[in-house]
Amino acid sequence: MPDVQALVNDFVLKLKRRKIEGSHASAQHTAELLRSVISHQRMPYTNQAGALIDAVKAVGEQLIAANPVELAVGNIVRRVLHIIREEDLSSTATAIEGLGLSAGSDDDDEGQHEDRPALSAAALAAAARSTLRAPSLQTLLEDIPDSAAAPQPPSSGGDSEGKSKSDKNIRSRKLKHDVIEAINELIQDIDTCHEQISEQAVEHIHQNEVILTLGRSRTVKEFLCAAKEKNRSFRVFVAEGAPRYQGHVLAKELVSKGIQTTVITDSAVFAMISRVNMVIVGAHAIMANGGVIAPVGINMVALAAQRHAVPFVVVAGSHKLCPLYPHNPEVLLNDLKCPSDLLDFGEFSDCMDFGSHGGSPLLHVVNPAFDYVPPKLVSLFITDTGGHNPSYMYRLIADYYSADDLVVKRRSTS
Amino acid sequence: MDVRRGQRTVIDPKVRQVGFVPAGATRPPARSHSVPTDACSSSPPAPELPLSGSSLSPVMIPPPRHSSADGLPSLSRSAASPVPIPASPLRRDTVQIPIGSYNPSESVLGSSPMISPSSRLDAVSEFSDEVPTSAWLGRSGSGKFASSFPSSSGEMMTMKITGGGSGGGGNTPKSSLTTASVVKALPGVSEKDRGALIEVQNEGISKPQKQKTSKAERRAIQEAQRAAKAAAKEAGEAVKPSASSGGALPASKQGKVVKPSSQKKDGPQVTAPVVPSEKKVGDRIPDKDRKKDVPHPRMQFDDKHRVEKAKRRAVVNQSEARNRVELFRHLPQYIHGTQLPDLESKFFQLDPMHPSVYKVGLQYLSGVISGGNARCIAMLLAFQEAIKDYSTPPEKALVRDLTAKISSYVSFLIECRPLSISMGNAIKFLKNRIAKLPHTLSESEAKSSLQSDIDRFINEKIVIADKVIVGHAVTKIRDGDILLTYGSSSVVEMILLYAHELGKQFRVVLVDSRPKLEGQALLHRLVAKGLNCTYTHINAISYVMQEVTRVFLGASSVLSNGTVYSRVGTACVAMVANAFQIPVLICCEAYKFHERVQLDSICSNELGDPDVISKVAGRNDLNHLESWADNENLQLLNLIYDATPSDYVSMIITDYGMIPPTSVPVIVREYRREHLWI
Repeated sequence: MPDVQALVNDFVLKLKRRKIEGSHASAQHTAELLRSVISHQRMPYTNQAGALIDAVKAVGEQLIAANPVELAVGNIVRRVLHIIREEDLSSTATAIEGLGLSAGSDDDDEGQHEDRPALSAAALAAAARSTLRAPSLQTLLEDIPDSAAAPQPPSSGGDSEGKSKSDKNIRSRKLKHDVIEAINELIQDIDTCHEQISEQAVEHIHQNEVILTLGRSRTVKEFLCAAKEKNRSFRVFVAEGAPRYQGHVLAKELVSKGIQTTVITDSAVFAMISRVNMVIVGAHAIMANGGVIAPVGINMVALAAQRHAVPFVVVAGSHKLCPLYPHNPEVLLNDLKCPSDLLDFGEFSDCMDFGSHGGSPLLHVVNPAFDYVPPKLVSLFITDTGGHNPSYMYRLIADYYSADDLVVKRRSTS
Repeated sequence: MDVRRGQRTVIDPKVRQVGFVPAGATRPPARSHSVPTDACSSSPPAPELPLSGSSLSPVMIPPPRHSSADGLPSLSRSAASPVPIPASPLRRDTVQIPIGSYNPSESVLGSSPMISPSSRLDAVSEFSDEVPTSAWLGRSGSGKFASSFPSSSGEMMTMKITGGGSGGGGNTPKSSLTTASVVKALPGVSEKDRGALIEVQNEGISKPQKQKTSKAERRAIQEAQRAAKAAAKEAGEAVKPSASSGGALPASKQGKVVKPSSQKKDGPQVTAPVVPSEKKVGDRIPDKDRKKDVPHPRMQFDDKHRVEKAKRRAVVNQSEARNRVELFRHLPQYIHGTQLPDLESKFFQLDPMHPSVYKVGLQYLSGVISGGNARCIAMLLAFQEAIKDYSTPPEKALVRDLTAKISSYVSFLIECRPLSISMGNAIKFLKNRIAKLPHTLSESEAKSSLQSDIDRFINEKIVIADKVIVGHAVTKIRDGDILLTYGSSSVVEMILLYAHELGKQFRVVLVDSRPKLEGQALLHRLVAKGLNCTYTHINAISYVMQEVTRVFLGASSVLSNGTVYSRVGTACVAMVANAFQIPVLICCEAYKFHERVQLDSICSNELGDPDVISKVAGRNDLNHLESWADNENLQLLNLIYDATPSDYVSMIITDYGMIPPTSVPVIVREYRREHLWI
């Protein structure tokens, strides 16, 4: 446990110092960290799921507090919590199943357990969900007692009361094992989401298309390159994306793949958008209402695209789906970066004199990191699960997160 | 027609003299245009009266026609007379003219009891001229028809009038009417007292200016008069050929137009047949004129022929950029950075170029001077220098030679950097002034007149206009406002500073963008003056826009469909402001308006040096695009301007006041007229 704590502290520090940035990197690190947290978690005799959830929540809270703007961290924490719940649920389901099928045949049960890993945990979870709580209003209403019951030992324990202790032991180890498996899968998903997204590229990019993008997103790059590999020839306008100028990097990468690329300044977006067929951008996070948190400047692009009826497509992996609804996201979910990106301190030091005007300087420099694009400006989301309308995002989110975890906070009692 | 023409030719000189020669006044062949005031006063001249009396007086104007056609003028006149202020000496003179004349019809108008038909005609013509010029005329309905210019309204008027005349039948009485109508209808067609007309028109031209800039000093008036004189002279010259040809001349020169009309007045017989012919002419002339109004198509750089030609003539060595952006083949895309040293090395070899022009060209090239006003002023001052040092080569005419000279300067400047629209307008003005130089002027006089013209242009169209704009705009700033501006506009800067001087409490959000980062210099200046500033890049526009209450933007030009042509990024700012429902105020001097129209930023634009995009100042780690030119798939595009659709613009603040974008074409038309005849 102490070594885990050290890992956690290290990661928290990195997040705070913005050493780890970008939703992909932070999601991956978070998932790995939580995996080691879980694997080091000592499992109590009863209520293992509850213990795991508590442990994850404790860590998750710290991580989220370290950089609340990096929504991917919170997403992954919630995903892991969700995984734990699902696994617990599925094992409970198996237990019930086992009870119902053959109470006496422990061997069979074990044999089943052996087989289980072969099935994907997700499939199992899905099965459990479909058997236990089909998406109907009734189950939604029943959801609360049900999920509350899951972590609680009495109910789950009560089900398996008739079982032997060894069975429980197996189940407890099994739970941890399954959870770790599932997290591994999640990590893999995060890594490979680009591939799944870019597989859809040919469906969206046609010959001689003119595409505009801003800044650099790995997903966008893969998406465009995938289309190029399928021998589509098209032209890309890359807005450089001040103040980070990642557009330069993207342009270089695209050119190396043989894509016709034109770099423009951000201010020329409106001028060029009338000749663009499609805008494809990456995202920092997708909110539950279908709004997008994206690198600064994209709202401008989205407005221009709307003006000229150009489809505005956001490509993002599912780890960027955030189950929160944004409130005043421009301010609350934003990061203000260092002014030196915009102004040279040396040149403007005289303007930043705090002493001259009653303690407040005349000059303020605003350098936000993100823009919020309201859902009405987004035409389509392309995620690793396919294309979706902004209005569908809330439903997608329900697949990945459980409603209990939206607020990642340990109960004050624990 | 031919017959008529013949008559005209014969009559013309006679009529002119008759109409406007003051009894004792020495009558310059030029019809005394030169001195409008004199002409006016002289208008009642004895010679004309007899003529009119003989031919027209019997032809009393039928009442209906009076009511219809004359009624309007009467209104306008009445309006005019009460307004003492606008009435420059010229105007008064014109009014007097009718008084002096004894045409009964005139009396109807109410100006003076005794006015001969001919005089009345004069009066009418005067009105027509004045109407467009003077603001008050515009108010009165009559004003429209009065315009002798090609404008459609003018035509309509003519039509009406002529119609009235025809309705009257071939009656002699009608003739007077018809004549009147004719006069009005065609700027050029006025029949009888053409000379007078010419003068009047000239006056009219000069007038608008005065009234408009109520401030317009005496000097302006004088200059206008001088111009009028010049015009008159030209007209006089033109008249003869026109008379011989008999064809309708383009209305642009009023003098010419006038001539044909002169013939008409003389004979009553002319009336019936003349009317239709006149009408036709009237129609035709404006048509031609309108065609002329259409701006020349710009040079398209994907037209290889023309590019080749242009290159051969070019002073500046330009080589095509390697990775040209496909979409902008029609714009010049040259390698930047090579011209300057090349030009500098040629400094002593370029005979034809005046050093001051050369200097300005280099400044454009190096970017030391930028911004519509600054470039325009620099260019005009350079031309002023050049004119000062100019001497007409032997056996050449100053007008021709100087125009050619200026043209060569301009093409040099274009090679240094494509002209801004403001510069284009200023050049048009200058060439016009040169063309209008009276031949009687000695070279030194002509030069000094041109120099003072340039001074006046700078002063009136830029300096004073800016002051007026500032005055207007400041009324839109309230305490507690947060004003956003983009880039660095000289007018907006003046507005902000002035509002600050007035003690208004406000904050400025300064939005800037790569690659020029012009906002930083402005930021320095504003902060130095103690303004509270927030600085950001255009990417963050949606973030800062939430607290903003007004957006002030400068413009390189405002096109006649209301499109604002300005520094690239302006459209983005206006768009976001529009999305946040924040008013966007465009500050632009009226001399930058242009009759061109544009829907997007691609058909016409200027491309800057692409290299500046690959390098980010102060960010040495960004070298991803260092050798961008080696890869043919990669292009860098550095647009300089963009076009803001008019629906993003709440208001355009100009020296004519605060107008909606839909009113731009009106200003363009009115302004251009005045501008041409300044």
